[in-house]
Amino acid sequence: MGISRINKRFETLKSENRAGLITFTTAGDPDYETSLALLKGLPAAGADIIELGMPFSDPMADGPAIQAASIRALKGKMTLKKTLKMVESFREDDDETPIILMGYYNPIYIYGVDRFLDDALKAGIDGLIIVDLPPEEDSELAIPAKAVDMAMIHLATPTTDQKRLGQILENGSGFLYYVTIAGITGTAKPDLAPVKQALDNFRKISQLPMAVGFGIKSAEDAARFAKFADAVVVGSAIVDVIKSNINQENVANSVLESRVLSFVGELANGVKNARK
Amino acid sequence: MSEHKINSYRTGPDEDGHFGIFGGRFVAETLMPLILEVEKTYNHAKHDPAFKQEFHELLKEFVGRPNPLYFARRMTEHLNGAKIYFKREELNHTGAHKINNCIGQILLARRMGKTRIIAETGAGQHGVATATVCALFGMPCVIYMGAKDIERQKPNVFRMKLLGAEVVPVTSGSESLKDSMNEALRDWVTNVEDTFYIIGTAAGPHPYPELVRDFQCVIGDEAREQILEKEGRLPDSLVACVGGGSNAIGLFHPFLDDDVDMYAVEAAGLGIDTDKHAASLSGGAPGVLHGNRTYLLMDDDGQILEAHSISAGLDYPGIGPEHSHLHDIGRVKYVPIDDKEALEAFQLCTKLEGIIPALESAHAIAYVMKLAPTLPKDHIIVMGLSGRGDKDIFTVAKALGEDI
Repeated sequence: MGISRINKRFETLKSENRAGLITFTTAGDPDYETSLALLKGLPAAGADIIELGMPFSDPMADGPAIQAASIRALKGKMTLKKTLKMVESFREDDDETPIILMGYYNPIYIYGVDRFLDDALKAGIDGLIIVDLPPEEDSELAIPAKAVDMAMIHLATPTTDQKRLGQILENGSGFLYYVTIAGITGTAKPDLAPVKQALDNFRKISQLPMAVGFGIKSAEDAARFAKFADAVVVGSAIVDVIKSNINQENVANSVLESRVLSFVGELANGVKNARK
Repeated sequence: MSEHKINSYRTGPDEDGHFGIFGGRFVAETLMPLILEVEKTYNHAKHDPAFKQEFHELLKEFVGRPNPLYFARRMTEHLNGAKIYFKREELNHTGAHKINNCIGQILLARRMGKTRIIAETGAGQHGVATATVCALFGMPCVIYMGAKDIERQKPNVFRMKLLGAEVVPVTSGSESLKDSMNEALRDWVTNVEDTFYIIGTAAGPHPYPELVRDFQCVIGDEAREQILEKEGRLPDSLVACVGGGSNAIGLFHPFLDDDVDMYAVEAAGLGIDTDKHAASLSGGAPGVLHGNRTYLLMDDDGQILEAHSISAGLDYPGIGPEHSHLHDIGRVKYVPIDDKEALEAFQLCTKLEGIIPALESAHAIAYVMKLAPTLPKDHIIVMGLSGRGDKDIFTVAKALGEDI
């Protein structure tokens, strides 16, 4: 499926005149089984697109919440191979919700780019967000991904000017992920006006759907951005709910799943009703 | 900073920052425009006589260069083989080669109009050097340092504080150099408008490996002039320790096109066949971390492993990309020295030469101790004595079972 599953989802959202909710959780956080159960519950809870973090030992663009999630997953022996297997299990019941893997390049590079693209598509993954691959490094993964219809979601940031945007769009596909702040995940709260301004500018030169993320923590926040963005990403705030429902040995309590999914439900309500 | 012929080992990197397959610009989009600006500014600066003049003036007046190329007579006699010279970087102001690069980078930062400096540090030498140039230029300075390193390098932590820097303990991951670099990158991405990141070694995204090398080439340029003066010819061998590899590349680079053997000494920690070492070339594989493709210590899932060395400055699971390239093409030989050998060399050098070397530099000395006795007496070795060891006396005392 790859990119077409993402395109189809954005067409549906457009026809419903609403923004989509993109949820982020880290694969294997706090353990494989809980993480898979969450994944399976997300679409019904209201996630329109699922962003799944590939744990990495050195998550340089992430704030404390997602760093800790990565460490928890790695402590539980999570690997890229198991992340692919997790998505394969998810696909047994859901053939429509797009899944995007988010992470850093090294685990993919070590897995082998061609083999990874092949296995990831087979597992049912539709797109990739790789934080440390700017357009200057498109030949590493973006171009091979394009050739097999795996979406390569590029990031644009407050430091991206019009000229760079052209470069970013050249091999980017699926949607454009606008990083609302100059910073790391889950920290500073973004201002609305400059984000809207940036998206207005980007829309003049691109037809790609525009998602916004970084620092969006509540249903109210999400709703404010959902008025004009095509999708809103919430990550650290969801990961925080996971963190507050595990013990010191990273063992989930009995209400973790329902707490996380009900929070996602709140976020989804905010996003769905934003334009009403 | 000079022109080189084709068929030269000195032409790298290419315009995208590659040394062979190594190097590149693997950074978040937020940093990309800034990285390009650093590159543009550096490309102008390196051809600007005023920039060069200011750089060399500061090296002379503030750092105290040129430092001596010193004939290690007693060490030579003791080892009874090759003739050994030390390039005395430990005599620089702040006690190591790190200051050369910091002077260059803060001049660049000023040229770019940046008003705040950040840096990572392992042993604290780069942190001290950065804090020093920030004091010199009156700029605010934040140093990221692993909590574990803060514990084993207390004197340097206090030095940085005296110099006016804020030292931020890094408690993520292995609490050492790689984690400090992660944290510095997070700061940079957050404060991209006003902040310049002074990277301490010849690694990171392009153009850092190039510019750090160029600033450190003063080591090799001076050594070349000095050995010609003393011996009337070039040395036969060069030896230097490598963590990220800035002192080694600075010493080697001006000799790469000459008939000179080069040995770069990696920290083998408790042994290259254990999981406690920092020898990324001897025991790692190519991967991508901290902005560049280079040899890294990692598991088969691509997760970066913790490095180990008795020397905090070599305790990094990667190495500069140009070293990876020089390794692959066979121009430089990369050899391991373990904690124990480095400790022995530390003591020998102190007693024989009256020079307390940094534990980092002691790795180079330990290899010279192996190499020199196998060579004829007319063979000349120039070794980079990259730093002084005052900062290490607590670590060494502990390793020797002494209470100070």
